[in-house]
Amino acid sequence: MSATSYAGALRLALDHALRDDDDVFIYGQDVAGSFGGAFKITKGLSDRYGDRVINAPISEDAIAGMAIGAAMEGMRPVIEFQFADFATIAFNQLVNHAGTTYWRTGKPCPLTARLPVGGTPGGGPFHSQMAEAWLGHHPGMVVFAPATVDDAYCMLRQAIASNDPVIFCEHKYLYEQVRDDSFNPDLASALPAGEAAIRRHGRDCTVVAWSAMLYDALRAADVLAREHGIEIEVIDLRCLRPLPRDGVLGSVSRTGRLVVASEDFPFGGVAAELLALVAQHGFGLLDAPPVRVSSLDTPIPFHPSLWAAHRPQAADIVAAVIQTVRF
Amino acid sequence: MQAATSMDSTVTDLGHELRRTHLRAMLNGRLLEERLRSLYRQGLIHGGVYLGFGQEAFSAAGGCCLQKGDVFAPLIRDMAGRLAFGETVEEVLRTYLGKRSGAMRGRDGNIHRGSLEQGILPMISHLGAMLPTAAGILLARRLRGASGSVGLAAIGDGAMACGATHEALNAVAVHRLPLVVMVANNGYSYSSPNSCAFACDDLVQRAEGYGIPGHHCDATDPKAALATMAGAITAARETGQAQLVVGKLLRLCGHGEHDDGAYMDAAQREAARDCLSFGPEQAVADGILAAGEWDQWRQVITTTIDTALATVEAEPDAEPAQEDWQAWSESWPGLEAAP
Ligand SMILES: Cc1ncc(C[n+]2csc(CCOP(=O)(O)OP(=O)(O)O)c2C)c(N)n1
Ligand SMILES: [Mg+2]
Repeated sequence: MSATSYAGALRLALDHALRDDDDVFIYGQDVAGSFGGAFKITKGLSDRYGDRVINAPISEDAIAGMAIGAAMEGMRPVIEFQFADFATIAFNQLVNHAGTTYWRTGKPCPLTARLPVGGTPGGGPFHSQMAEAWLGHHPGMVVFAPATVDDAYCMLRQAIASNDPVIFCEHKYLYEQVRDDSFNPDLASALPAGEAAIRRHGRDCTVVAWSAMLYDALRAADVLAREHGIEIEVIDLRCLRPLPRDGVLGSVSRTGRLVVASEDFPFGGVAAELLALVAQHGFGLLDAPPVRVSSLDTPIPFHPSLWAAHRPQAADIVAAVIQTVRF
Repeated sequence: MQAATSMDSTVTDLGHELRRTHLRAMLNGRLLEERLRSLYRQGLIHGGVYLGFGQEAFSAAGGCCLQKGDVFAPLIRDMAGRLAFGETVEEVLRTYLGKRSGAMRGRDGNIHRGSLEQGILPMISHLGAMLPTAAGILLARRLRGASGSVGLAAIGDGAMACGATHEALNAVAVHRLPLVVMVANNGYSYSSPNSCAFACDDLVQRAEGYGIPGHHCDATDPKAALATMAGAITAARETGQAQLVVGKLLRLCGHGEHDDGAYMDAAQREAARDCLSFGPEQAVADGILAAGEWDQWRQVITTTIDTALATVEAEPDAEPAQEDWQAWSESWPGLEAAP
């Protein structure tokens, strides 16, 4: 069996969700027919599930609004945004409508919004952004950001089965780069949402990452171990809302040090939230000030070499860890 | 492409019972809103009060022509339509008075009230947002093979400029969803006259652009409003196609009770016909209503409101200690409710 890609796992999760529940349907731009979406995640699904894979006009606001209506009616819509950046158009429906529905009405709003997030070379300012901070800010929202093939499959199934609106952040870079030859959907299991995964054990410093940044953290871990004799514990958050607070605090209690690596902009992001968490609830655990490594505070540049300087790299994580450990 | 249709030809087809139900819903709406105005002035209402004075004939026409199982997305001036569709006076008052027993339990107020069980969507403030939501309910029903119901979404002349409104109108046309969008062109969008809101001659012209049938009426004329709405809702039900209905009328109050509407054109206001005055005259002339009957209705409705108010006033208010402060329907690990 050939290795399953992150994209393939997502496709399989949608396939199985459509197979197992007639209330699941997919709505988004170019998702149907032989085309199967801008990133081919829904390719082939309309052959099998026909009228439950529906092409939408370029109307993100209406797409989200219609999904809310269908969810209120008891269905489990999965909407696809071509790029997370375009979900800004649906921001109102997502946070003001989907996010408030349960609280206002006592009725759940079980929709899943799939957002291809993150940077790729040449992506530029409007096809590269992360979405967790601005969508996760609002009560009622759930935000997933899987980094592995198993999590891509299992967490998408969890998202669709959830009764709350889930923002499902799929990193474009991971679609084909991350592959797993041991992936088996029947055996795949994920931690419950809200629990972080320890992807590498270490006693010197905790490094928290999610989505594609997990792999930069793991590369940094190799370098730190090999060249500096520093062992970091790499925590994959997986889920940003709810935030796996216990997993982060637990790791910091073992290492006494925290570096958060985020691809997002620095201001008001999840990394800031994690630093606030540890400052408020884990101050006594810390042996050094916590550090956050984020992208630069400018729009995301188009040119690959500018972009590489804008987005944090493994070397930035290495430098932050050394600074923290030597404090 | 269908041209804008005048529905005048169907006026005579309206049954007497429907016309009486319609008139009564108009009066229900006006009398309940007059009471809300008075409660507001006594300082008994939390938050704003927005009234539908002058729009009762149009709104009630929509509510009367819906059937149980249909979906209604009312906006801020649809008291008459809500009551016609089955909302009770008690339910209205519970929300305005901030009662825990109300549909919104004190969490949201007044015009935002609704009940998904009753098919009345609880609006969010953002204009245009409820159109695609009603459309999504219709899409879900079609996917589940449940046909026969239609949606009705209210919108104003000002909110016809919202991107959400356009996206939804296009989407219902593309997906052939039976949503009737009723536009109450009341001359103003808050303080702005029509000239600030759109540049075409009549908003019904947009129907052609979307490829859906358009209808318009003088919505100060109850018989015309009812005939037009009946025609549009029947067409949606029978053809499965979305419909755009524009009712011309005038807002006979400020935008909200905090607003005296001083910016409104005085001559236009003077010349405006109030559907609540014209309605009973028209009905008596048509032999639908007996002389004196209107005043009897008024008394009965007033008593109903008095009784409902006494009941609701005695019910407990929303209070923090009774709140669960839960914004998520699932208990996610690590998401504690209160800070
Ligand atoms: C998206 C959005 N922008 C602004 C407002 C504030 N607002 C509430 S009502 C209103 C005027 C609406 O005018 P119109 O659509 O003509 O409806 P009417 O009040 O006349 O019934 C405005 C601007 C809003 N609720 N939603
Ligand atoms: Mg208006």
